[in-house]
Amino acid sequence: MKKLKSKYIEEYVMRGLMVLATILVLLFVASIIWTIFSKGVKSLSWDLVTKLPGKDWNTAEDGGFLNAILGSLMIVLPAAVIGACVSIPVVFYMTMYKRRASRLSYIARLAYDILFGIPSIVYGAFAFTIMVLVGMRASVMGGILVTTLLIIPIMIRSGDEIAKTVPDEMVEAAYSLGATKWETLKVVLRQILPGMVTAFLLAVGKAIGDAASVMFTAGFSDQLATSLSDPSATLPLAIFNWITMPDPFPDRAYAAALVLTIIVLLLSLTSRIITRRITKNNL
Amino acid sequence: MEDNNMKSVPLIVENLNLSIEGNQILKNVNLTFPNNKITCIVGPSGCGKSTLLKTLNRLHETTDYLEVDGRVLLDGKDIITARDTDLIELRRRIGLVPQKPCPLPMSIYENVAYGCRIHGLHRRKKEMSRTVEKYLTEVGLWDEVKDRLHAPANRLSLGQQQRLCLARSLAIEPDFILADEATSALDPVSSKTIENLFVKLKEKYSIIMVTHTLPQALRIADYAVFLYIGEVIETGDAKQMFNNPKEELTRKYLQGVFS
Repeated sequence: MKKLKSKYIEEYVMRGLMVLATILVLLFVASIIWTIFSKGVKSLSWDLVTKLPGKDWNTAEDGGFLNAILGSLMIVLPAAVIGACVSIPVVFYMTMYKRRASRLSYIARLAYDILFGIPSIVYGAFAFTIMVLVGMRASVMGGILVTTLLIIPIMIRSGDEIAKTVPDEMVEAAYSLGATKWETLKVVLRQILPGMVTAFLLAVGKAIGDAASVMFTAGFSDQLATSLSDPSATLPLAIFNWITMPDPFPDRAYAAALVLTIIVLLLSLTSRIITRRITKNNL
Repeated sequence: MEDNNMKSVPLIVENLNLSIEGNQILKNVNLTFPNNKITCIVGPSGCGKSTLLKTLNRLHETTDYLEVDGRVLLDGKDIITARDTDLIELRRRIGLVPQKPCPLPMSIYENVAYGCRIHGLHRRKKEMSRTVEKYLTEVGLWDEVKDRLHAPANRLSLGQQQRLCLARSLAIEPDFILADEATSALDPVSSKTIENLFVKLKEKYSIIMVTHTLPQALRIADYAVFLYIGEVIETGDAKQMFNNPKEELTRKYLQGVFS
């Protein structure tokens, strides 16, 4: 009897700890979102998101930060597309053609793990070194380059985990019907598409919010970039600047943070809708 | 198309040796699978039954560190060494019903149509619909699903899914059907349905099944293969082998001395 009781206590305590941890995390998230929304909404205005910075943007609340919004999108969207074009074939090659235990897959996975763990500032510094070598200035191009580098390992690593969830039976079923590897792959893709989209979004979400990587590579500008070789502002860097200025504008930083959060939210919602469409329809 | 039962296409295994990571799984297997019969491969767990079945349509390739040597001949063509282009046709002629039902991630209709599509059969829509109906009827699923052909296949019950997998294999008109413990994941009623289907289907197809349940083998097998630690111990007419085995090992296995 006594043993039974202590078992119950153990169960109780452990469950309590799990609940506590969950609540703590939720509180964190809630307080971050609350801070961004409550402070951001107050200072967010139509002008802020539709106008370029005014002449006196660094000393007064002059103009908006359209340059940073467009700059971020201009850098992250191409980077996401290029990143997906590189990562998806890698994921499929590792899971379909080099199933599980080949040495190449092993080395590749190790490499992507390492890349995954490298801080974004290191990517920034690395890309910057290359840019100096080839005589490239801080520009949209440089931003796209570093962001692509940042996105690829995240997409591959999470895509790989998702691809592992495909049951062997499904692959065997397709093969036994006489499907080629490529045809089998298309079947597998239907199965893992929702997961892949999530992986993709995680990567894009991380990339769009990263200031350190674009700091040297995309530079900063109060103008709208009109070509790939122009420097460009980005939302995270704009936030960073407004907070670290000698005369900071925290309200504007919060407004920019809010815009950034909304962009990520919108991206996530649209792709969810798109995936649902695709998986509903037949081949 | 309709003359499947007229054809006699032998499936022959010759000197098949197979090892995974240096462990020999199959030792010098020689077999001829008869046409239009249900062949049951029986034997204790881990004796290589499933592996043998997999080599018959070269699915062993998905396993790492596997070495195989020998020949599996369908209609005189070797499956083990076939070029990829020939392999597609050879695999089409050998259908598979898996242990765990696994519908493809598409609708019920598309699951049956999929095989035809990749082989470019029945390009016309009407023809395809007729084919899908024919094979769903053949496995006794048509009445249950005809109103929801375009619903995702994974919403079916396990028993229905397994019949769908069977219909999917039949739709590309194979000569042989491989079944790897095809009823082990199913409830008794669904299991019985599949069993009865096999008995009905052997008129047109040749069925090779691996089973763990001896009573099932006793009920439906025409021809039996007893495998023990990768070696073929005895083959022959099922009734005869089960009632009066020639080998001591077979007798012991059937009496339940080991399993």
